[in-house]
Amino acid sequence: MIVATEIAVDVVMPQMGVSISEGTVTKWLKREGEQIEADEPLLEISTDKVDTEVPSPASGTLVQIFVQEGETVDVGTKLGQIGGSAGAAPAPAPEAAPAPAPTPPPVSVPAQAPVPEPVAEAPAPAPQPVAEPSGNGKFVSPVVARIASEHGIDPNQIPGTGRGGRVTKQDILAVVESGASPTATAPSAPQAEAPAAPPQAPRPQPQAAAAQTGEQVEPVSAMRRGIAEHMRRSLDTAAHVTSAIEVDMSKIVAARAALKKEFQSAYGVNPTYLAFVARAATDTLKDYPYVNGELRGDSIVTRNYVNLGIAVELADGKGLIVPVIRNAEGLNLLGVARGIADIASRARDKKLLPDDVQGGTFTITNPGGYGTFHGTPVINQPQSAILGTYALVKRPWVVTDEDGNDAIAIKPIMNITLTYDHRLVDGAYAGRFLRDLRERLENWEGDGG
Amino acid sequence: MAELTYLQAISDALRTEMRRDKRVFLIGEDVGVYGGAFKVSLGFQEEFGPWRVIDAPLAETAIIGACTGASMMGLRPVAEMQFADFVSCAWDQLVTVAAKQRWRVGTPVPIVVRLPSGGGFSGGPFHSQNPESSFAHVPGLKCVCPATPEDAKGLLISAIEDPSPVLYFEHKHLYRRIKGEVPEERYTVPIGKARTHRLGKDISVITWGAMVYTADEAAQQLENDGVSVEVVDLRSVMPWDKAAVLDSVRKTSKVLVLHEDTRTGGFGAEIAATIAEEAFEDLDAPVKRIAAPDTPVPFSPPLEKAFIPQVEDVVAGLRDLAGY
Repeated sequence: MIVATEIAVDVVMPQMGVSISEGTVTKWLKREGEQIEADEPLLEISTDKVDTEVPSPASGTLVQIFVQEGETVDVGTKLGQIGGSAGAAPAPAPEAAPAPAPTPPPVSVPAQAPVPEPVAEAPAPAPQPVAEPSGNGKFVSPVVARIASEHGIDPNQIPGTGRGGRVTKQDILAVVESGASPTATAPSAPQAEAPAAPPQAPRPQPQAAAAQTGEQVEPVSAMRRGIAEHMRRSLDTAAHVTSAIEVDMSKIVAARAALKKEFQSAYGVNPTYLAFVARAATDTLKDYPYVNGELRGDSIVTRNYVNLGIAVELADGKGLIVPVIRNAEGLNLLGVARGIADIASRARDKKLLPDDVQGGTFTITNPGGYGTFHGTPVINQPQSAILGTYALVKRPWVVTDEDGNDAIAIKPIMNITLTYDHRLVDGAYAGRFLRDLRERLENWEGDGG
Repeated sequence: MAELTYLQAISDALRTEMRRDKRVFLIGEDVGVYGGAFKVSLGFQEEFGPWRVIDAPLAETAIIGACTGASMMGLRPVAEMQFADFVSCAWDQLVTVAAKQRWRVGTPVPIVVRLPSGGGFSGGPFHSQNPESSFAHVPGLKCVCPATPEDAKGLLISAIEDPSPVLYFEHKHLYRRIKGEVPEERYTVPIGKARTHRLGKDISVITWGAMVYTADEAAQQLENDGVSVEVVDLRSVMPWDKAAVLDSVRKTSKVLVLHEDTRTGGFGAEIAATIAEEAFEDLDAPVKRIAAPDTPVPFSPPLEKAFIPQVEDVVAGLRDLAGY
């Protein structure tokens, strides 16, 4: 509507406020046949509330004026026409199309005043309680009329057992069932179908989803319904992007071997690879607040704490739950390992409290236990990112010594993915997060990277 | 399974949810120390403490207002109106604030308002009403009216889970008269799904609440006349299970809509209108309504009996339809 065009664009009386229903054309600023640019003042109008200029909704020729100066018309009434072939329009403007207007001109919207009309109720006529014979036959109820027409039967020929001899649904169904339909007056084709018609199912009904042969049907559990809704909502909400990085876990493998016995004998806790990654990720989040942040309405929320969600699978595909380790930024490796063990076991034993699954700011999921090396997890709303850790695999790896010579070594490599909401987290930002996380893991010392 | 009264099933649902989810709390007049006017929350304050079983002043506006605010802050309040009749004092908070919040700003308002409703015990005009249609008319509110102990528990748990304000009409006449098997574990009954209380093929009765039992007794009498009556227990009036009602109507072609609330503008009018609109070509008789007359509920026992639909009234209505 803002480009010079041959297409006719209407100029209408704009809605100058909710309560305004009409306006008066006070002055046309262009004459018929004149050129006008989009947004250039075209005419002046006067309403009960304001007097104003109306900008042109398009560039082109003012082909025709329908409402003359001094006339008052309803909102939405066509005042004139820009472009099109209605009049003897000269050639379209030769110059380039003007820049788009910053705001759409109000005149182009033929808004209507949303004034609902209160409807006065007319007094109802006295009800007719008894079915009266009507027309040339007996009263026929809607369902009897429908069955009669479907089977080509004249209901007036059937002896009725209802009130006043009325033909009931049962009466006509009995005739249909008998297959005789001897009383049909119209010798039309549908008659032949009568014997085959099922007596009690005059119209096909939609069936509830029934199991086909070989299928088993089980009800959807509340948890499954919740997961389904949550997953769908996340994909409908966030702009999911996944980036992956390969991490040489040599130092972690060594650190874990050194700590394992001590952790287990002294604390009864297993220092899992997941615990190392969680510890390193929590540290890395300090430098990447958006990854630990949230897009909340018109605001971006960041935090000085990390509530770390850990995705836990319940037995046999029965569901997934994401309990939260609160203030993970204050925990050392032992604390993180212990936290993961605690929430995972309570999740499997159904001993989580409502607070345990709320308030997460970042989530880690660990589908690598079965050997998968890559995935694209779904973000746990309203968070901004989810970290995926995958199988630790020994792989041939190019290493460079101090002299700059390349050699192939066998290294324990883990793929780690970050799936992030691109609305808040940019790709390069996510890439730097993964790079720093890798650095921490590859240079692990003591309690952290 | 245990055999519980309707009232015990309500208590069981509340206890189950309060043990499971510490966001759930009760508030109402005398719900704490006294255990509720009908003893639904007897012993709750001892178990859950005075901050989760709150005795409120006689101010329904304040109760619903507090619940609405608490729900916006993440809690799951369950308010008790001592009698459903008193909810009129809270109309503004319910209708203007709670019902519209989700559309205005998108925040859920997961409150439940328990409404001991219904007559049959000479409670008179202020302690006997069934105001469900008034609230069913307000977009944003849900209204459930369980008839059995099993539904009483399952629907109350669904109501507490639901993100919208739910008005839970519990019929006082059923409290201790109706017993039934109730699963001990936690379960939900979906809001908006009807239940076929009795299967039949000649006439459908669409009803809910205490009238389910009135309809069932009448249906038994019709059985002796050789007329088979189906009783559909709506369980929720908003949202209501239109599909189940229309399915039943398409089967029988004759319908009686029955409710204890007064007739004009009662929820039966909505059901009858929908049947006329959507199942016209399946009807073999006019849609019939049986409801209370358009007056306040009388105190006098004989007058109250004349006011609330009785089994004989329903039998007469069914015979009329059967003979049509």
